[in-house]
Amino acid sequence: MAKQFYFEELEAGYEIPALEKDPTTQQLVKYAGASGDFYQIHYDKDFALAHQLPGVILHGALKNAFLGQMMADFAGDAGWLKKLSVQYRGMDVPGVKLVARGRVVRKYVEGGEHLVDCEIWIENAKGEKTTPGSATVVLPSRAVH
Amino acid sequence: MANKVVTDEVKAQIGTRGEPRVYEIERGAIRRFAEAIGDPNPLFNDEQAARDTRFGGMIAPPTFCRSLGSGIPQVKLDLPGFRALDGGSDWEYRKPIQPGDRITVQSRIAEIRETAGRLGPMVFIVVETSYTNQFGQLCVTQRSTVIRY
Repeated sequence: MAKQFYFEELEAGYEIPALEKDPTTQQLVKYAGASGDFYQIHYDKDFALAHQLPGVILHGALKNAFLGQMMADFAGDAGWLKKLSVQYRGMDVPGVKLVARGRVVRKYVEGGEHLVDCEIWIENAKGEKTTPGSATVVLPSRAVH
Repeated sequence: MANKVVTDEVKAQIGTRGEPRVYEIERGAIRRFAEAIGDPNPLFNDEQAARDTRFGGMIAPPTFCRSLGSGIPQVKLDLPGFRALDGGSDWEYRKPIQPGDRITVQSRIAEIRETAGRLGPMVFIVVETSYTNQFGQLCVTQRSTVIRY
């Protein structure tokens, strides 16, 4: 199990542990099957080329899942991912490594919860942020109530 | 700028609901989804390990609800083509979804707006989908944006 973060140990600017991904065409087929998204641009190269794409491209929702994985890891078993927002700004293709990254923007207590707002994104091998977003996690506190 | 595509008639579709659908959540489907996205988190894969957490067992990963298709109401638009892009999603998580849950999925057209794009009018359609468990507890809300152009 990954390290459990506590509210008190984080400050704005803290970098969330990055998550490296190496999506393959096989993963796109698996994701199509598991999610039920069978749009052919994600696994049929001829279809993708005929639709003015460079080849098959990643499902936006798969990149959403990568960011969800990073944030659920960050929240840990004792925390909770409360909000997750992603925007698909750029296409990503299989065979190009991606990195999910993020940093803490703000922490605060609201409604009795210890909350941490984060800026998150996926960047491609050129360092372009193809999938920016934001997230809020509830973290456990070391404070005794 | 006056809307070219999103007329008052089109806007009248805001609030339209799709047919609710009910899904029984299978442990195997959660594991398969976790495997497909390459997420080894024991909470999503290992019932034994997940028993010892405060969840008392496996839960679904954050975007698992993408596998629970919703009866999204089709928005009628007067556009020359049928090109559509997934613009992104905003999720809110209130309660975990666990194996054995019966989840009711309900979609609603929340927003329809238009901007001028490079290739002509672009229409942003926001669909809000709620995922409610068998106890009537709202577990997850997803607002997804589809871009039609």
